Amino acid sequence: MIELNALTKRFGSPSTGILAVDGVTLKVAKGEVLGFLGPNGAGKSTTMKMVTGFLTPTSGTASVCGHDVVKDPIAVKERIGYLPEGAPAYPDMTPESFLDFCAQVRKMGERARGRIDHVVERVQLSGVLRQPIETLSKGFKRRVGLAQAILHDPDVLILDEPTDGLDPNQKHEVRALIREMAGQKAIVLSTHILEEVEAVCTRAVVIARGRVIADGTPSQLAARSRVHNAVTIAVRGAEKDQLVSELKRITGVRDVDHARQDNGLCRATAIAKHGHTIAGEVGALVKARGWGLEELRVEHGRLDEVFREITQAK
Amino acid sequence: MQGWYPIFKRELAGYFVTPVAYIFIVIFLLLAGVFTFQLGGLFQRGQADLRPFFDFLPWLYLFLIPAVSMRLWAEERRGGTIELLLTLPVSQWGAVLGKFLAAWAFTGLALVLTFPVWITVNFLGEPDNGVIVGSYVGGLLMAGGFLAIGSCVSAATKSQVIAFVISLMLCLGFLLAGFSPVLDFFKGWAPSWVIDAVSSFSFLSRFEGLGKGVVALRDLVFFGSLIGVFLYAAGIVIEMKKAE
Repeated sequence: MIELNALTKRFGSPSTGILAVDGVTLKVAKGEVLGFLGPNGAGKSTTMKMVTGFLTPTSGTASVCGHDVVKDPIAVKERIGYLPEGAPAYPDMTPESFLDFCAQVRKMGERARGRIDHVVERVQLSGVLRQPIETLSKGFKRRVGLAQAILHDPDVLILDEPTDGLDPNQKHEVRALIREMAGQKAIVLSTHILEEVEAVCTRAVVIARGRVIADGTPSQLAARSRVHNAVTIAVRGAEKDQLVSELKRITGVRDVDHARQDNGLCRATAIAKHGHTIAGEVGALVKARGWGLEELRVEHGRLDEVFREITQAK
Repeated sequence: MQGWYPIFKRELAGYFVTPVAYIFIVIFLLLAGVFTFQLGGLFQRGQADLRPFFDFLPWLYLFLIPAVSMRLWAEERRGGTIELLLTLPVSQWGAVLGKFLAAWAFTGLALVLTFPVWITVNFLGEPDNGVIVGSYVGGLLMAGGFLAIGSCVSAATKSQVIAFVISLMLCLGFLLAGFSPVLDFFKGWAPSWVIDAVSSFSFLSRFEGLGKGVVALRDLVFFGSLIGVFLYAAGIVIEMKKAE
């Protein structure tokens, strides 16, 4: 539904300008929830602004549902629901008049009333419908922005940091909403919060310095982590040095971290070699030595660590 | 021009949601009254016409119109709503035109509300109503010209104060284009056809022409094309400044 082909944006002159987005090629299909990750200034928002037709690409193409964003911007904008960063809305309007305005611009006609009622219920805005938007809390403002984005039931949803600045309950609500809609739409969301990617996204794309540097499912991305498949154990009756050397002898173990001993309890984390699972061997070792097992935990890898590693490379 | 009408409606309603509309209209009518009756001496002149009112109108507009136009785009840019507006299915020209027309309709409404002066002179004597209608048309066209200039300036900045001051300067330039302060600036270095061209841009001379009751086609064309050119420029400025 979304196709980006060598999409490039340069701000300023060709020689001294800033290359904000550098040849991004990407396809997003219906049913996908794509999490767009990257450090600040990596080009996430700029890419989204080009897809939504706000900024004109310097080169390359972007199309939404088969319509080119440069040649047929109106058709693209009709099919997209967009939540810009910070969820801007006219401060002196009420959510009711604001949604009404969006429905009129989108020429929704007869459908408008029913859809407005539906989205108001969906994002729980009914309590503040007649208050000026400038008097609303951050959470409500974000909901107004979301309501506007899903008002016309678009095929493609582009959400720029949809949960930024919300409290944990509000974040949970927004994620639940995204998951609910996921089946019938192509959704792209940008975020800094890596747990969010694991919670709602079917695919994670990492972008840095305007280029795509990783693209896969969140678990594939997490598998790049050093601690992927690592095993943390806590046992009684062992000495720290003995535990470390015994663990290191297992074939799949690359290294042992965080070894420490207190009150007779010995802890360590065995790091697995790439592509190895070691939980079985570690368990067998504990049993063979007759140690008392207090804890055994398999790590799946941490996205934040992978994120730091790949975005800071070079 | 897709989408201009909902934008026009939203903008026009927007003036009345905030105190902007009421303050503007009250101040406009108050100043118009002071200028017409106190400074212009409408009653003392003993003539049934609206000369005193229309003589001061351009100067009143000079200060009040930039106050209306300064927020048109500067506010959208500051609040980030420009991104929302221009990713709705509207064409850029639709947005520029919708906003301009709303501001124009609003200032037109303020102008229409001066009708009691017109009733007064009709009550007191027998004025040439053709001249008065011509002057009103001229006033409306001048407001449109100032607003188009203001739209373009407002599109270039996030700061409403800067938009106000620059619009005021540009409007003053156009108002006085046929008079010595502006022409002296060009004299001595510019060829005579430039000076002729500059003086033909004078709002004041055109407005006075319309005020004689002659609604000449060339004046309509002048204001129409001036509005067109500045709105077109506003569109280009918006496109250029989007990235900031």
